[in-house]
Amino acid sequence: MPSHDVMPNMELYQPVQVEDALAIADRLADRGWLVGGGQDTYGWLKDRAKETDAMIDLSAIESLRGVRETADGIEIGALTTLTEVANNSVIQDKFSLLSQAAGVVASPQIRNIGTLGGNVSQDVRCWYYRRGLSCYRAGGNLCYADTPQGMNREHSLFETSRCVAASPSDTAPALVALDATMVIRSVDGERTLAAQDYFVGPANDIESTTALRTGEILTTVRIPNTWANATFYFEKVADRNVWDFSLVNVAAAFKVSGGNVEDSRIVCGAVQCTPRRVTNVENAIRGQAKNAATAESVAAMATDGARALAHNGFKIPLMQNLVKRAISA
Amino acid sequence: MSTHIGKDFIPPDVPGKVTGEIKYAEDYKREGMVFARLLTSPMPSGRVVNIDASEALRMDGVVGVFTADDLPPVPPPGNPALASEYVTYVGQPILAVAAISEEIAESAIDKIRIDFERRDFVVDPIESLSPGGSNAYPEGNVLVRTQEEGPEGAPIVGAEIRDIKWPQSAIDAIKTGKEPVGGEFTTEWAFGDLDAGFADAAAIIEEPFVTIGYPHHSLEARTGMAYWENGKCYFHGSSQSQSANNAGLARMLGIDLADLVFINEATGGGFGSKIGPYPFMAITGNFARVLNRPVQLRITREQEFYIGSARSGMQGWIKVGVKADGKVSAVDLVIVNDGGATGGGSGNSSAQHVTVAYQPESMRYRGISVYTNTTPRGAQRGPGQNEMAAVLAPMTDKAAAAINMDRVAFRTRNVLDSDGFQGGSQGPVTSAFVREALAQGARTFGWDEKLAQPKVNGSKVRGVGVGIGYHGAGGRGYDGLLRIAPDGRLFIHSGVGNLGTYSYAGTCRAAAEALQVPWERCEIVNGRSDKHLPHSSGQGGSNTIFTHTRTNWVAAQDAIAKLKEIAAADLGGAADDYVIGDERVYQSADSSIGLTYAQAAQRAMELGGKFSGQEYPDDINPLTQLAVQGLAGTGLIGVAKDNIPGQGQPPGVVVGFCEIEMDKDTGKFEILDYTAIADCGTVVHPKNFDNAMRGGAVWGVGMTALERHVYDPQNGLPANTGLYQNKPPTYKDVNLNTKMGGVNIPDPQNPTGGRGIGEPTQGASAAALASAISDALDGHLFNTAPTTTDMIINHLAGNSYSTKSLKTNTF
Repeated sequence: MPSHDVMPNMELYQPVQVEDALAIADRLADRGWLVGGGQDTYGWLKDRAKETDAMIDLSAIESLRGVRETADGIEIGALTTLTEVANNSVIQDKFSLLSQAAGVVASPQIRNIGTLGGNVSQDVRCWYYRRGLSCYRAGGNLCYADTPQGMNREHSLFETSRCVAASPSDTAPALVALDATMVIRSVDGERTLAAQDYFVGPANDIESTTALRTGEILTTVRIPNTWANATFYFEKVADRNVWDFSLVNVAAAFKVSGGNVEDSRIVCGAVQCTPRRVTNVENAIRGQAKNAATAESVAAMATDGARALAHNGFKIPLMQNLVKRAISA
Repeated sequence: MSTHIGKDFIPPDVPGKVTGEIKYAEDYKREGMVFARLLTSPMPSGRVVNIDASEALRMDGVVGVFTADDLPPVPPPGNPALASEYVTYVGQPILAVAAISEEIAESAIDKIRIDFERRDFVVDPIESLSPGGSNAYPEGNVLVRTQEEGPEGAPIVGAEIRDIKWPQSAIDAIKTGKEPVGGEFTTEWAFGDLDAGFADAAAIIEEPFVTIGYPHHSLEARTGMAYWENGKCYFHGSSQSQSANNAGLARMLGIDLADLVFINEATGGGFGSKIGPYPFMAITGNFARVLNRPVQLRITREQEFYIGSARSGMQGWIKVGVKADGKVSAVDLVIVNDGGATGGGSGNSSAQHVTVAYQPESMRYRGISVYTNTTPRGAQRGPGQNEMAAVLAPMTDKAAAAINMDRVAFRTRNVLDSDGFQGGSQGPVTSAFVREALAQGARTFGWDEKLAQPKVNGSKVRGVGVGIGYHGAGGRGYDGLLRIAPDGRLFIHSGVGNLGTYSYAGTCRAAAEALQVPWERCEIVNGRSDKHLPHSSGQGGSNTIFTHTRTNWVAAQDAIAKLKEIAAADLGGAADDYVIGDERVYQSADSSIGLTYAQAAQRAMELGGKFSGQEYPDDINPLTQLAVQGLAGTGLIGVAKDNIPGQGQPPGVVVGFCEIEMDKDTGKFEILDYTAIADCGTVVHPKNFDNAMRGGAVWGVGMTALERHVYDPQNGLPANTGLYQNKPPTYKDVNLNTKMGGVNIPDPQNPTGGRGIGEPTQGASAAALASAISDALDGHLFNTAPTTTDMIINHLAGNSYSTKSLKTNTF
């Protein structure tokens, strides 16, 4: 199998206005590849596991960078780096859940380059798929991981449909928990999606992990004040404490009154292809004391419906424990 | 009072490494240079039926294709630079393509069509030993040595491949943690009365274990650049060693020793995988000759995973008998090594570790090394010893507990001392002060105090552990060479490689010490063989400090003898009437009668003969002879072979003490404290000693908790070829306030007192951490290296998890 590490030849577009980028993306359609920080681009292309005729480099579009306060929340440009997201004072003040999540992505070097838009739009990390094998997600007709002998320790517990790859993002569960809205633009205009609907599982689209369509660009992430200054909990468990993907993570937001949970959004990552809200747990704890006893009583519910593969059964107790900790913290 | 030994200094290449100005092999360019890239095997086992490179050769800019047909044949079990008929692992190089740019070379690779015939493959040694199990090679599945194994890192010679299968009963036994009765082995040794030893035992433990190999992943992928001028090959290579490459590489290129210039200014890591010339080097040098232009052959990070070698794995069983007084009376050890595509395992070294840790009254070792269709295996930091240390430590704790003995006391009772032995031959050691290291470490760490602290705090539980790392740490019989220039400056010629440990510089201090020359008046000459470098050991096996402080010392002694002879001849009296000091040789009775080193060097040049290198000792290596010839007439030459009398293996030993806090909800642990004490004789270069201790401690965490090969047994594909996928520990995974120290008792067989210490630093850390994990879990034995997060979670959750399957190279 050839091994490469030199970038292949391709056309390169470097627009500085988002309108120009949209026009190029529309014109190139499937021939084009959008790149922001590039942390989920260069590997694919250098490895020749995926190829493209043209790269549309968005990094010079200043309007897609930065954090802005709005009347009902904040807007984060999709090209804002993860370091900027982690360190931004407004986000730290109101939505520290996202600061925490962004602050544990990969490594400092990657966070300095990688963007929020890229982190939520990145492809799955299934090693079979990344190796360029012709699996379902790559247009083939089998899954190499979902077999009794498949090396599937990092793969999904839920919502598997031909593909068992898991969501690798740390910020995606936080954005779902914060009820964020994703702003998507194309030459035809703008549309918005709830973060929860931005992420797409294999049952709906096996070749993409997001609702982005050809020619569309994720430009902005809006976070409403709905959950501002709520009680947050984020925890990531990975083999290594830096430069690693989550084995399981949890992002949770609680509205607490008199020690009781008025409302909550609890979302786990790396357990299915999209961030997984544990709505049964959210419902069960509504009105209950936010404490260890409640947490203990509902933790097992978090994994209702889980189907362990040959090597990822450990994720079931891990997910239960993280949900428990989120509630009891 | 030493002037240089035991004192810090800045090795001359440090500024270049800080500023980035130092050059690695890949940084060298040459006019007309072309770029070569490899085409590697896509399958774990198969036969190359046909290669069609015609389309690639028609591409603009492509200058040639190089295949196994362009190299001398390498019959099995050799590891050929390029596969000829059979491929035996994913990533095995099949051919190289050269072009005027890397982009063209990479594109050309994609235009080459190879027809393969698939063969069955195997990634698990025990599966291969099973009745009907697949063989990694057409000839069989087991490497059998027909002559004694060479030093670590040496190519496998004197060996053959055999087809060995065990009866199903033996397979079933080892998989269920029992002795594999009826299994055939290829290495066996024993000493003492094993039956009596077990009969005397107050407690017997019997455990299976598995350690999984993992790649070296040297940060500098092994790029080479070669060109030929006037019949000489100039080879810029990536190597741990310098002079140790010359003879083997010259053979690969079919040239005389004098016609090779090997250049290696700096190396970005090797960890055992670059000790000597590796097969891949043959492609670069020979391709350059065929094309008659400079060739740079750079490989990808993924290819470094494939051909950069990996630690061997082990599947094993051990039975240990302990007497009531704590003495280990008997050890019975079985190891099935995973030799990957090259077949060589480290079982004997693993057994050697057991002898050092336990000094058992009786012991039997039986081993077999099985080929698998995984990457080539080779020496990796403490090969055999360190992974054995990692799995043995919790078992040792269990044995101590069985007789109600403190874990440190148990180790103190059993471990090697100066009168002890190492290995199956029970060979002597030069000296050993491990008990002193254990006592010093326990005090520094606060062992007793930590044991007395509460263990549980909510979901967190503390664990403390202790471990021992060992490796042989020195060699003998190499050459030293130096020159006192006419201006009196001391030029110390070193054939030691600059592998990143700075031992090349530390060892040169021995010459400065002996000749009493200020360091600023010394210059190290190294990095390319046309600078006239002596024959030196390979920089592997933790040997360099012991080996080359001695060579530089004997070269200095030769120079001192010549200084005295010259002074006596010119100034009267006998040579013995003279002493040295302040860069002069002078009469001991009257210091005003003497010569400066500069004057003596000038006289040496006038006198010629042995004084200035026109003559030299008969017993020095041919490479050193060439070096002396090159220096002849340029000053006073000190040259000698290390014939310092003595016997025994110099041991390098580190004891480690580790405290962790484990979160029982997540299976994660934080290392709260790590203390390591070395028994390595005199510490020659304190700063560098500290670096070695810390670096090894970090990698020990990788061995015990993170790193392993993962192969899909369905298709033989490796899952974690990337550096991040292999998960070497980061600064956030280790304790940054590690306490390091040394016993600092001189070794009597080294004039500077030093022994090596590179490898056991990892073993001690790995063992201490494994011991601490077990302690945190109330003595649970995983018997695995690594013990990863998922294993701990599964254990805590009561999920079915069995170490006794002994599966390797998979999750």
